Amino acid sequence: MLELKDIYYEIEEDGVKKTIIDGINLTIDDNKFVVITGPNGGGKSTLARLISGVAKPTSGNIIYNGTDITDMNITERARLGVSFAFQQPVRFKGIKVLDLIRLAAGEKLSPSTACEYLAAVGLCARDYINREVDASLSGGELKRIEIATILARATDLSIFDEPEAGIDLWSFKNLIKVFEKLHNENESTIIIISHQERILNIADEVVVLADGKISKKGSKDEILPDLLKGTGECRFMVSE
Amino acid sequence: MENKSNKDLLKVDQIQMTLLEQIAGLHEVPAGAYNIRANGEKAGRNTTANIDIVTRDDNMGINIYIKPGTKNESVHIPVVISKSGLEEVVYNDFFVGENADVTIVAGCGIHNGGDAKSKHDGVHTFHIGKNAKVKYVEKHYGAGDGMGERIMNPETVVEIDEGGFLEMESVQIKGIDSTKRVTRAKLADNAKIIITERLMTHGKQYAESEFDVDLNGENSSANVISRSVAKDDSKQLFLSKINGNNKCQGHSECDAIIMGNAKISAIPEITANDLDAALIHEAAIGKIAGDQIIKLMTLGLTAEEAEEQIVNGFLK
Repeated sequence: MLELKDIYYEIEEDGVKKTIIDGINLTIDDNKFVVITGPNGGGKSTLARLISGVAKPTSGNIIYNGTDITDMNITERARLGVSFAFQQPVRFKGIKVLDLIRLAAGEKLSPSTACEYLAAVGLCARDYINREVDASLSGGELKRIEIATILARATDLSIFDEPEAGIDLWSFKNLIKVFEKLHNENESTIIIISHQERILNIADEVVVLADGKISKKGSKDEILPDLLKGTGECRFMVSE
Repeated sequence: MENKSNKDLLKVDQIQMTLLEQIAGLHEVPAGAYNIRANGEKAGRNTTANIDIVTRDDNMGINIYIKPGTKNESVHIPVVISKSGLEEVVYNDFFVGENADVTIVAGCGIHNGGDAKSKHDGVHTFHIGKNAKVKYVEKHYGAGDGMGERIMNPETVVEIDEGGFLEMESVQIKGIDSTKRVTRAKLADNAKIIITERLMTHGKQYAESEFDVDLNGENSSANVISRSVAKDDSKQLFLSKINGNNKCQGHSECDAIIMGNAKISAIPEITANDLDAALIHEAAIGKIAGDQIIKLMTLGLTAEEAEEQIVNGFLK
């Protein structure tokens, strides 16, 4: 179980304090598939960074399976079983796709096992396993390799920051299957930050984050109709 | 396997054997032609029907003659020094016949357990014949915990005749306190050279690497790629000059990671003396990107382990 208690995250920009996360309380039960959505700049990515330890909250506590992990660094949280797929995956000169998947798995995987993870994200493993994770890969390819590293880690909690970005439509269908499989087979908790209706559709729970606060939370049936109604309108114009 | 019986002929001790493993990947006597030099003396030599190795008249090195048309053969000429205080200059000349296709593995390992300076300056000259192909691998390695410095100053002089090709790979990853490497090449029509360099310095080491390539022939081409990592208080200087004197293509690339209190300078220079010379240089120096370390930490590595993986991958 993951508990966020009174989480605030403030930054200083040009001497002005800005509150990015504004007092969030959220409990995510084990084996839940949660999608966090909401407008750009609402604090979604920041929340993912706070959970994975990439950023530290200004105040508040993060409890994971009963342990307060607020002061733990990224490595310690990763070893406890928290995985985080970046919105913009990182490139490495000289590190091969196979090396990265092996580092993720934390063991000397056979190339054929590593290939299974690549195949799961729709990459023909033979073509990719010995390629470097560098600028020669397209954004979509990198994104899928990023997801493959999370599959290889197979931890209890996986956070994906906009996994659909840069992935083409055909692959997207398969991506949904990947998440469903990860959720069902590993009985793991999945948090996905997404704007995609198709991803929202497979969620157990949808959390809407706006202006650093949770504006809505509930089952997809409760949240989705309202959320979709909101599209197509320009709220600025309406309020005028 | 027929060479295995030669093993006893090798006059090297255990320390020297370890150095040989590091610089040439040798666990025993190599197949094909070889000349092994240990502490300034010949420790073993083998020639083949196509490759001859002859001690120079002045006894300051060897000449290696590769017959025209020699295919799929290799020459190993490693040098190891385990005696503290030994300083030597060695000249090795390679004469590669037309249409030959060979691999040459050189390299120098110094184990200095004493307090005196050990130094090896090697000058390798390559005369590469028409349409010949050469792969040249050179590794430098230092070990030993003595206070004596381990110094290597390799110089490579290359002349490539029409249609000839040299692929040169030089690696210096550990243990050399001071190095000044110079590589000069002159290329005739349709000749091609690719040089890749991997360099890492640490502690108070100093490394200087200079490339000077003259693209004299029509359609000649050069590609110089250097990747280096400077750690601790070490210093590196990278100089790369490509002169396009004909219709030709030249590219040089220096990519460096800086760590700790290290200092790196990269000075690329390209000169076009012909309207149809196409020359490019790229140079980049920077520390390890923070998000690279963060990504590997999210996979469970510590920051130090992440750094090691990034550096190892970069220099691979």
